[in-house]
Amino acid sequence: MTAAPRPAAAGTVTTGSPAATDLAAAARLVADLPASPAAWCSGLRKRYGKRTAVDDVSFAVARGEVVGLLGPNGAGKTSVIKMLLGLVRPDAGEVLLLGRPSADPLSRARVGYLPELFRYQPWLTASEVLRLHVRLAGLDVPDAEQRARLGDVGLGGRAGDRVGGFSKGMQQRLGMAVALVARPELVVLDEPTSALDPLGRADVRDLLLDLRARGVAVLLNSHLIGEVERVCDRVVVLDRGKVAAQGTLAELLGRREVRMRLTGVSDAAHRRLEAAGTLVRAGDLFTVGLAADDVLAGPAPAGDGGDPSAEAAATTDRAAGAAADAVADLVTDLVALGVRVHAVEPGHISLEQRLLDILRTAHPEDPR
Amino acid sequence: MSAPTSTTAPAAADAAADARRARVVPTILTVARLTLQEASRRKVLRALVVLTVVLVGLSAWGFSRLTAEDPTMAELTSGQARLVASQLLNLVMFGLSLIAALGTAFLAGPTLAGEVESGQALALLARPVRRWAVLVGKWLGLVAFGSGYIAVAGLAQLLVVQLTVGYWPPDPVGALALLAAQTTVLLTLGLLLSTVISPMASGIVAVGLFGATWVAGVVGGLGAAFGNSGVAAVGTWSRMLLPTDGLWRGAMHGFSDPSALASSFGAEMAGFPFLGFEGLSLAYLGWVALWVAVVLGLASMAFGRRDL
Repeated sequence: MTAAPRPAAAGTVTTGSPAATDLAAAARLVADLPASPAAWCSGLRKRYGKRTAVDDVSFAVARGEVVGLLGPNGAGKTSVIKMLLGLVRPDAGEVLLLGRPSADPLSRARVGYLPELFRYQPWLTASEVLRLHVRLAGLDVPDAEQRARLGDVGLGGRAGDRVGGFSKGMQQRLGMAVALVARPELVVLDEPTSALDPLGRADVRDLLLDLRARGVAVLLNSHLIGEVERVCDRVVVLDRGKVAAQGTLAELLGRREVRMRLTGVSDAAHRRLEAAGTLVRAGDLFTVGLAADDVLAGPAPAGDGGDPSAEAAATTDRAAGAAADAVADLVTDLVALGVRVHAVEPGHISLEQRLLDILRTAHPEDPR
Repeated sequence: MSAPTSTTAPAAADAAADARRARVVPTILTVARLTLQEASRRKVLRALVVLTVVLVGLSAWGFSRLTAEDPTMAELTSGQARLVASQLLNLVMFGLSLIAALGTAFLAGPTLAGEVESGQALALLARPVRRWAVLVGKWLGLVAFGSGYIAVAGLAQLLVVQLTVGYWPPDPVGALALLAAQTTVLLTLGLLLSTVISPMASGIVAVGLFGATWVAGVVGGLGAAFGNSGVAAVGTWSRMLLPTDGLWRGAMHGFSDPSALASSFGAEMAGFPFLGFEGLSLAYLGWVALWVAVVLGLASMAFGRRDL
């Protein structure tokens, strides 16, 4: 895969010359720079003994963007997350968090993290755990605000209880509050709903939507594809340590299909069907896969300012509209060509289907 | 991938360096406080309190029976009595230092390795903190805890001896400080071990090494008493490699009555493991400080390079 262009680091302003004109020019230059991504990594590699866990992984999470990290077990998702946060040293590659290199601890000042393995000091109370993290983050967050975070995750009534008495689900909820307490600009969540009941999962989804609405960037690793599909603007698919695919949901799910039962299909009609997209025929049943290029008026790359989530939603809407038009045109043309149309059934490819497609295409030998 | 080409103005760099320095100290203090909180809230403190109360209580009872009932004690000259009191005090203090060593070694081990194993360290170290600052904070908290324990329990024991047999050691503050230093040495070793091996193993190895150097010290003392320089060297080397025994001997010297040691009775007792005949040199104390700094530095390096 190609390396992403290196974003400008924040706080590295060129002010070497005292000349006012130079300063003004530099200020203009900085003002014109796009905001540095919330997280950016390039060429990440990690080997554990002989096994390559992560191999040349590059991607970015734009400010305010919700990115899903998907992939089978052992694909290297948690390793990538730990390298982003400086918990694991990459063998090669670069990481920037909120514009600072990850070697600088200050890069994590506005980053919240809920680890896959979530455990908090059992001898502390829930509110003491939050106070500890606020102190380590070097921030001054009022008590009321800290209590509000506990309330957000449904632990408002347990603030004074020792963590040692919490269930796994409650500890994961506490972990969510810890990730959110220090006013983060980027939140990294590694399987945030693994220990939660359906109600808890719904709560986390609401929290994620709330974060997106407030412009907080989120990197979400989750096995629950439905969850990812519902809240993420963009998805990065990892497989065997490599990026197998990445793009906005519209880009990944752009391929829509239409199933039709047709009789009296002439050669000209067949050519028209083939022109519409990839054609699969089984007797009277024709399935046309509408190519993403056809249905997208032009995917807007996320992260060039503005609200990426709104852009992604708009792109999805555009794609759906274009697909509907393409199907209507196709049916009109087929009727004009003398084809009898018995049934038309537009289909939508789910993220789960697409993910399985990507993974199976990459490893056709594996019966996954 | 092209490297960044931006330059940073010197003033901005200074400000950034100040900010980083400023962040290190609060991190150390926050983690030290957390460690003290852990020590005070976990069951280890209750175990320490119970063990200490039992030991001090038993010694109080023993000392009081000794003067009340043992006719030989009454017949001893005051010098001999002081020597016996010194020995008994050292024996009980050895028990105390053993409790302190076991307690802190089993606190120091799990505090790091256990947090990494359980995942507690993940959320903590993903904060804007330097790993070495977290480690130094833990160390500082453990040192404060161990020293506090030695001060309180040691003082209680000295008072018991004073009240029962009327003996007050020549240098109680210096001796207790050396016991605290002994605890510090052992917990620093425990921290280093816990960065490379499992929590329980690090506690066991630290306590095992502590016992081994004590035995080596006794063997060396006997060698010196019998004029065997080869055997005496065993004690000298073990005291350099792990200074716990050297510090213990220094502490015993502070607890032992000097006039009694100088008497003919004291000379007969040369090589006896519960009498301190020599104080510690400044050079040795310097070596101990260097030893602690190097081991703590190694622990910081090992912890900093570790994948979590």
